[in-house]
Amino acid sequence: MKRQPRVVPLSKRGFNFEMQMWLFTRLSALAMHAIALVAFVGAMVMGARYHMNFADVMRWMFTPNVTHVQSTNLPDLDPWASLFWKLVAMALVLIATAHGVHGLVVIADDYIVKPLGRKIVRLISIVTMIAFSLMGLYVIWFS
Amino acid sequence: MGMTRNVSLFKALGYKGKGPFLTFILHRIGGIGMAVFIAVHVLASFMGGPAGRFLNDIYESWPFQIFIYFCVMFHAINGLRITILDLWPKLLEYQREAIWVEFAVFIPLYAFSVYVIVSNALTGG
Repeated sequence: MKRQPRVVPLSKRGFNFEMQMWLFTRLSALAMHAIALVAFVGAMVMGARYHMNFADVMRWMFTPNVTHVQSTNLPDLDPWASLFWKLVAMALVLIATAHGVHGLVVIADDYIVKPLGRKIVRLISIVTMIAFSLMGLYVIWFS
Repeated sequence: MGMTRNVSLFKALGYKGKGPFLTFILHRIGGIGMAVFIAVHVLASFMGGPAGRFLNDIYESWPFQIFIYFCVMFHAINGLRITILDLWPKLLEYQREAIWVEFAVFIPLYAFSVYVIVSNALTGG
């Protein structure tokens, strides 16, 4: 026997902030997979087949920042530090920071249940998110 | 508003939830591991200097790389499963099978990464 699912329309259920962040967590996960795929294809095009091992390519996929391939046998790092890769890395850092900080808030909510505590967690999370986004962008663009 | 849970941490860790619980707790460990250690890594790269170099040397050491690769790859592959099942809820009926597929993807990928990292560490290449 097939059970009939009870469907509440989104307008009645409320498309509130938590709901939006639930969706954002899933969509940003897909976006980060897409970025990793772009980084993988880019690494293959730029010569990873001859000068990098599997773990090096994975590290480049985690964040396509040129310092992640410094320790490889690549003869020329210039294409790895191009504007395109800096923009990709910037997108990844911004998405990953938002995804990660929200994830920490979700975990904290499992243990901190009083409204005031949750408010404090959210305040700290916003400050942390902005600070680490800025630091990440500085590392990508100026170091 | 607030909910109370009368479950101690040790009781929670002993919970036998099988596959779904295992992936849940590993997803959490991986998520916290990434949030903490990638934050430290970004902070160290931002600071530079001897202190930053010291922190990044720890981060780049091969035992630590094995740990952070576990966090990232498990979180990524498990996250992809969660995303696919949540965005196409009809597939939730097959979540136990999906977990098997997930481990079939994760174990070879991670094992090969560990093999490459360790063999590089041993040969110094």
